[in-house]
Amino acid sequence: MLQIKNFKADINNSEILKGVDLTVGPGEIHAIMGPNGAGKTTLALSLMGHPNYNIKYQISNIKYQIDGKDMSKLLPEERARQGLFISFQQPVEITGVSFLSFLRTAYKALHPDKKIPLSEFKNELKKTLKDVGLDESFMYRFLNEGFSGGEKKRAEIVQLLILRPKFAILDEIDSGLDVDSLKIVAEKIQEAVEKYSIGILLITHYQRILHYLKPDFVHVLIDGKIKKSGGMSLVKKIEKDGYAAI
Amino acid sequence: MDMQQFNTSNYKFGFHDDIKPFYSTPKGLSKKIVKEISWMKKEPEWMQEIRLKALEIFYAKKLPMWGGDLTKLNFKNMYYYIKPTEKQERNWDDVPAEIKNTFEKIGIPQAERKFLAGVGAQYDSEVVYHSVSNMLEKKGVIFVDTDTALQKYPEIVKKYFGKIIPPADNKFAALNTAVWSGGSFIYVPPGVHVDLPLQAYFRINAKNMGQFERTLIIADEGSYVHYVEGCTAPIFTTDSLHAAVVEIVVKKGARVRYTTIQNWSKNVYNLVTKRMFIEEEGFGEWIDGNLGSKLTMKYPSVYLMGRKARGEVLSLAFAGSGQRQDAGGKAIHLAPETSSVISSKSVSKDGGRTSYRGLLKIIKGAKDSKSTVRCDALILDPKSRSDTYPTMEIDEERVTVGHEASVSKIGEDQIFYFQSRGISAAQAEVMIVNGFIEPIVKELPMEYAVELNRLIQLEMTGAVG
Repeated sequence: MLQIKNFKADINNSEILKGVDLTVGPGEIHAIMGPNGAGKTTLALSLMGHPNYNIKYQISNIKYQIDGKDMSKLLPEERARQGLFISFQQPVEITGVSFLSFLRTAYKALHPDKKIPLSEFKNELKKTLKDVGLDESFMYRFLNEGFSGGEKKRAEIVQLLILRPKFAILDEIDSGLDVDSLKIVAEKIQEAVEKYSIGILLITHYQRILHYLKPDFVHVLIDGKIKKSGGMSLVKKIEKDGYAAI
Repeated sequence: MDMQQFNTSNYKFGFHDDIKPFYSTPKGLSKKIVKEISWMKKEPEWMQEIRLKALEIFYAKKLPMWGGDLTKLNFKNMYYYIKPTEKQERNWDDVPAEIKNTFEKIGIPQAERKFLAGVGAQYDSEVVYHSVSNMLEKKGVIFVDTDTALQKYPEIVKKYFGKIIPPADNKFAALNTAVWSGGSFIYVPPGVHVDLPLQAYFRINAKNMGQFERTLIIADEGSYVHYVEGCTAPIFTTDSLHAAVVEIVVKKGARVRYTTIQNWSKNVYNLVTKRMFIEEEGFGEWIDGNLGSKLTMKYPSVYLMGRKARGEVLSLAFAGSGQRQDAGGKAIHLAPETSSVISSKSVSKDGGRTSYRGLLKIIKGAKDSKSTVRCDALILDPKSRSDTYPTMEIDEERVTVGHEASVSKIGEDQIFYFQSRGISAAQAEVMIVNGFIEPIVKELPMEYAVELNRLIQLEMTGAVG
């Protein structure tokens, strides 16, 4: 269970998140929708522990737990080791570090007990790359370097499927994808949920992806607070009348 | 960003043996001391003359005003010659226990057991241990220390000594010529391929001891040799000077590769002049890794003398707290259809400073020559710095010249990306740095590649493993 209560976050001393409550269970898909500037990316990055965001745990009565364990004092890598994953809106490029060696190092850090031989790991990666429509040669390329926008997003999904976290925050995984890519990405997220019971926090600006991926819950984030929660009917309402109607 | 400082007290090779030198000249530099060095070594008179002339040049020349601060060098407060044991050792069993102990610590015997063809290990000024495999001797390859070469092969030494790098080249080449001691001498006969890299370790092991080794390599027509030199040095409180000269002649169709990894302790001034003359269709390569020292100023150069001569300089520099690495390369095209490549990679962190300094010169008439210069800098934090000083003098029109430079900074977002996948910030930096230098590391013999990766890890995280 990923649980936040009264979650507040600042950037440069201006308060962006003004008290968010959320509970995501294993295998659940929660969609977070909202207009530009509502605080969607802030929510994603501050949950992961980005150093630019200041979360005032001391002052406010904030709760942030994964499976009952307090996350507030943990470094980002420690949160990752507790089972949290984030896919970035704009994944950074890293020269000199291949996709394969990056992912293998990450896997070892996240699953220290599992000893998978390199050859087996490679086969798994090869297969997963193929599943999202990327050539296997991607594993030898430097991480995200020279990848197109769509390739970067697919590569993030490959990481999700290989690393198998407990909870994944997907920050606008649908932006910059064409219809075919969108379909594949949605399918793979569905697979992650069904096969590995990963709980998903799907942050999206558009409704497009929700035609392929059915969320269990929809939350509308406006001005740093969740204004409304509901099901697919909420999506249809926003589609018709916009956020102003919420 | 949580960045662990590299603590110099952890410096792995900062040990110091208490050896009573067999003989040393008094501190300071004078005509008398230079004569004494030459007399001690029982040198031919012409060498003493070269030394004395070089001393005058040294006195006359000013310190370079660029590249780094040299004003704290105190030439009067240094020893210029120390001879630790009476005679040359060839058999490992005969090497004194203390010296052996030091070599054990830096891993020479293992290195030899693994794949050395020959070992020339310099301990202070004199080579005390030197073995050349039978295979090399049979092929007619000469691999001895330069002092021995002067005694046994004076005519070859006389022909080349100071001809590639004359003493007037710069103040430190003049100093080396005046007080040189030790270094390696290699002669490879025509057509002979030396398949295994020849290796030597150098250390500075006496307080205030300047080390002035002189290396001379002659690869005769169509021959091949790879020489590897690695340095580790103990830590001292006062500044030490290392001013070496390396002269190499690559004859027609021959190939020489010279690999250096220097990890001098962080009080050493490392001021080295390295130059190769490459004749027709010859190929000369410098692979030059600079990790240690307080200040390094080193620009290995390739002089392309004959048609179709090729030269390459691969330079790698790592500057941490209090360090300045002023490194690069020079390519001088003196004949048609010659080609050169200079690649430089530098990493600076914790306030360290790296500079690329290079010269590309193509004379009129060196038609259809090609040159590529590429320098990449990686800066790990806002306190650190990197600069580029490329100079090009191109007097021929029919040439192809490429120059590329890049500066990358490891940003917060890159580190965060690694962290979000469970990888710590420190480990992320090691991965990024190793990835950055990989194109150069892969050119090193395996042992050195492993050692270099360990050294980088030590620099980055303060621990190995």
